[in-house]
Amino acid sequence: MSARNNILKRLRERADGPLTAPTSDFSVVTGRGWSQQERIERFERLITSVHGEVIHTPRASWTMALAQVLEAKGIHRLALGREHPVAAEARVALAGSEVMLIDAGRDVESWQEEQFHATDAGLTSTRGGIAETGSLWLWPTPDEPRLLSLVPPIHIAVLDADKIEDTFFDVIEAHRWADEGMPTNALLISGPSKTADIEQTLAYGVHGPRELVVLVRHNEETG
Amino acid sequence: MSSTMDTDREPVQTFTPREFHRQAHDALGNPQIRANFRRAMDGLMTKRREVFSDWELETLRELGANIRLRALAKLPDLLEQLEANCQANGIKVHWAEDGDEACRIIRQICERHEAKAVIKGKSMVTEEMHLNAHLEAAGIEALESDLGEYLVQLNQQTPSHIIMPAIHLNTDEISEIMHDKTGTERTRDVDIMTAAARAQLRERFMAADVGISGVNFAVAETGTLCLVENEGNGRMTTTVPPVHIAVTGIEKVVEHLRDVAPLYALLTRSATGQHVTTYFNMIGSPRKSGERDGPREVHLVLVDSGRSNIYQDDELLDTLRCIRCGACMNHCPVYTRVGGHTYGTTYPGPIGSILMPHMMGLEETKDLPTASSLCGACGEVCPVKIPIPDLLVRLRREAVGEGRGNVPGAGVKRSKKEVAAWKGFQWLATHPGVWRSSTALAGKLQALMPAKMGPWTDYRTLPKPAKVSLHKLVERHQADQARAEEEQS
Amino acid sequence: MTSAKLYPVRLYPPKPQKVYFFGTCLIDLFYPQAGLDGIRLLEREGIEVLYPQAQTCCGQPAYTSGYTDEARAVAAAQLGLFPEPWPIVVPSGSCGGMMRNHYPRLFADTEQAAQAEEVSGRIYELTEFLLHVCQLQLDDLGEPEKVVMHTSCSARREMGLAETGPALLARMGQVELVEQDRAAECCGFGGTFAVRHPEVSAAMVEDKTQAIEATGARHFVTSDCGCMMNIAGRFEHQDKAISGEHIASYLWRRTNS
Repeated sequence: MSARNNILKRLRERADGPLTAPTSDFSVVTGRGWSQQERIERFERLITSVHGEVIHTPRASWTMALAQVLEAKGIHRLALGREHPVAAEARVALAGSEVMLIDAGRDVESWQEEQFHATDAGLTSTRGGIAETGSLWLWPTPDEPRLLSLVPPIHIAVLDADKIEDTFFDVIEAHRWADEGMPTNALLISGPSKTADIEQTLAYGVHGPRELVVLVRHNEETG
Repeated sequence: MSSTMDTDREPVQTFTPREFHRQAHDALGNPQIRANFRRAMDGLMTKRREVFSDWELETLRELGANIRLRALAKLPDLLEQLEANCQANGIKVHWAEDGDEACRIIRQICERHEAKAVIKGKSMVTEEMHLNAHLEAAGIEALESDLGEYLVQLNQQTPSHIIMPAIHLNTDEISEIMHDKTGTERTRDVDIMTAAARAQLRERFMAADVGISGVNFAVAETGTLCLVENEGNGRMTTTVPPVHIAVTGIEKVVEHLRDVAPLYALLTRSATGQHVTTYFNMIGSPRKSGERDGPREVHLVLVDSGRSNIYQDDELLDTLRCIRCGACMNHCPVYTRVGGHTYGTTYPGPIGSILMPHMMGLEETKDLPTASSLCGACGEVCPVKIPIPDLLVRLRREAVGEGRGNVPGAGVKRSKKEVAAWKGFQWLATHPGVWRSSTALAGKLQALMPAKMGPWTDYRTLPKPAKVSLHKLVERHQADQARAEEEQS
Repeated sequence: MTSAKLYPVRLYPPKPQKVYFFGTCLIDLFYPQAGLDGIRLLEREGIEVLYPQAQTCCGQPAYTSGYTDEARAVAAAQLGLFPEPWPIVVPSGSCGGMMRNHYPRLFADTEQAAQAEEVSGRIYELTEFLLHVCQLQLDDLGEPEKVVMHTSCSARREMGLAETGPALLARMGQVELVEQDRAAECCGFGGTFAVRHPEVSAAMVEDKTQAIEATGARHFVTSDCGCMMNIAGRFEHQDKAISGEHIASYLWRRTNS
């Protein structure tokens, strides 16, 4: 018999008999009843407490905020997608600037060296945010692949303020993750890369980006 | 700068659970170990307390226990569902009854790809099976990418804590190790050391043929593998190399995707006092057609290694609830004083003491279940409410042969001498007349009691038996009361 | 599978006319005065205290050593000593915890299962009983002093009674209760742990005595004689002039004119 069959057999022919599965009450992780404003404030407080940076910008002029970030941080080589509105709008705004735009929507094999060694920052959209933990959630795509938010030393993420929800549980349920089907990769990102392995002293930028900048876009409601 | 790795990768310091007493003795006498662990555990305990302060903690723990018990109740069905969903998404699923079989499966996948270099994300289950040594013996380099694991590997040691593997090392020691093994300049600046490690390991991510990781939660409903981390090396390991092998114990399955949310909330807070880790990485499949990065092949290796045996017993089953947070060892007064290496096992501290006897047998681990005062600090903080002290007592029972005999090595500690002593105690305590006479006798002979009585009196004085026992005092007291009542009436 | 409930809320009965007293073997052999003082505290509240002379030991030493059969035999001999429905007061969180939490499991699937359940439901630790059932009022006639309370791990975690000892001491007008560092950490006794793992245990009791000494108090009280034996024994071994006492003796001594 195969290992698989042996293991399943042992589990099914349990010496102490069948087990009863309890039901679960998820109230304690469901919603916090926060207002839009409270969500935004909590999100910012938590992500900045772990060295994330938050820049608020009106939606209409968000690319100006992006340009300012690039200038302030001396970013000359920015990797980004093409098709997502965030990427498309950024490309339009940065055309003719001194920032070199690197196409992230390519097979990684064709630009791995460039991504690892010659890219200053990666720009991605996000699907939303989580206030309870100060997190972004992303579902990478061929246009904005997985490594775009990991390899370049700076990650610039664009988050719409009205897409911040209370808890991770809320996001999973409200967006029907289990029903809609999970992607190749789903991510929660809650700050720049860090470690406390050296005598519990925090250090940033271990393997992932050492800086995370979140551009929070506000429409009229979110101010 | 390339890192120069020693060719001899076997740990230089060998710790075994059989040598617990000697290893404890050494650790207790080592001021560095004492100080490192005291400071680290104090910090972790404080952070955990603070981060849970705005939660209904007991309700959350109850939910965590409940989710784990539900998954265990349905385990075989969930494993099949996990396998089916993973396979439907292109993840190849393998089953291994023990660590050796798992090592073989993993090695064969590597050999099929002519892999020379493997990069590893943190995985305690691969430590359990000594995977690195197995791969090295087959000429495949296995490099740890988690900074703590990297340092421990450079130092030719094993991890001393399941979450913070290098917790036994302080900054100066780390600087020395990095200088010695990789040529990094000596420094106390943590940022410089971190940047050096980043540079050293970056090249290895790109050059690796295979990435191997653990799994924090495997979701049956969707076939999703979830990984928790702060550094980014986990995402690197599971995204950059062309092949990804995920390894997990069979008990890490959860039923529904939503079950992950409470467990994740409990895990990070219980482990390091963080609201959340930097990354939560949810893997569903290899790179699909049209996608731009990610491994071409993803494998999942499901490892039994004694878990299905633990599963048989209603009481012992609770051991399998564990989500590997480390809170138990963070709060353990014994672990804090002797450190992780003293236990000589992959998993140290309270969880180690209830788990390793199943994996290694009680013959090897017989001093672990008793290495506890049963203070209960572990059970109090376990996010899934494992009744650890009860399980320690259960293993003690098995060790002396008065249990159900379903733990390997049951009965190994049964000795004629001790049985006689407890039977003597039983006889005395079930013959109250004799008990009272004996205590009276002990009281009369108290002047003759030796001042030295074994290990107790090496450190403390021994109280002398009272001249008059409580039985006698009460007798007299009641006699006095009766006389007083008579006089009054 | 256990569901491991944490401290279900306990509803305390009104003060009864009678109680049983289970003295514990450590008190019987080494600290009988503590037992007598506990009885006197109860009698002073107008409660008649019944002390079955046939009691010996709750069986815990054998139980935690894995000698369950022997423990069960000893425990069985205690079960029948409390036939009337009176509360059973125990001056120890350790023995109290054994009888309250572990007796039902020890006797599950035996003929005495129902009896064990019934008896365990009537177990009260002494400070718990004095505080919550007797609503003890204390008139402190002693000299002002600083004192440290050491609550045993069993009282704290098995029985959920971290607050009862300090609450009683707070009613002592001349007593200043000071808290030691890491008050919730184990003193290292753990019954047979102290002799099976003597060096680790010694390291723990050393830290505990240092923490107590650092408060400046010259006296500590505890509700568990195992802890007392351990901590006081360590102080004595070092010739330190810091003494320990069971809280029953402390309260009786200072409130009894």
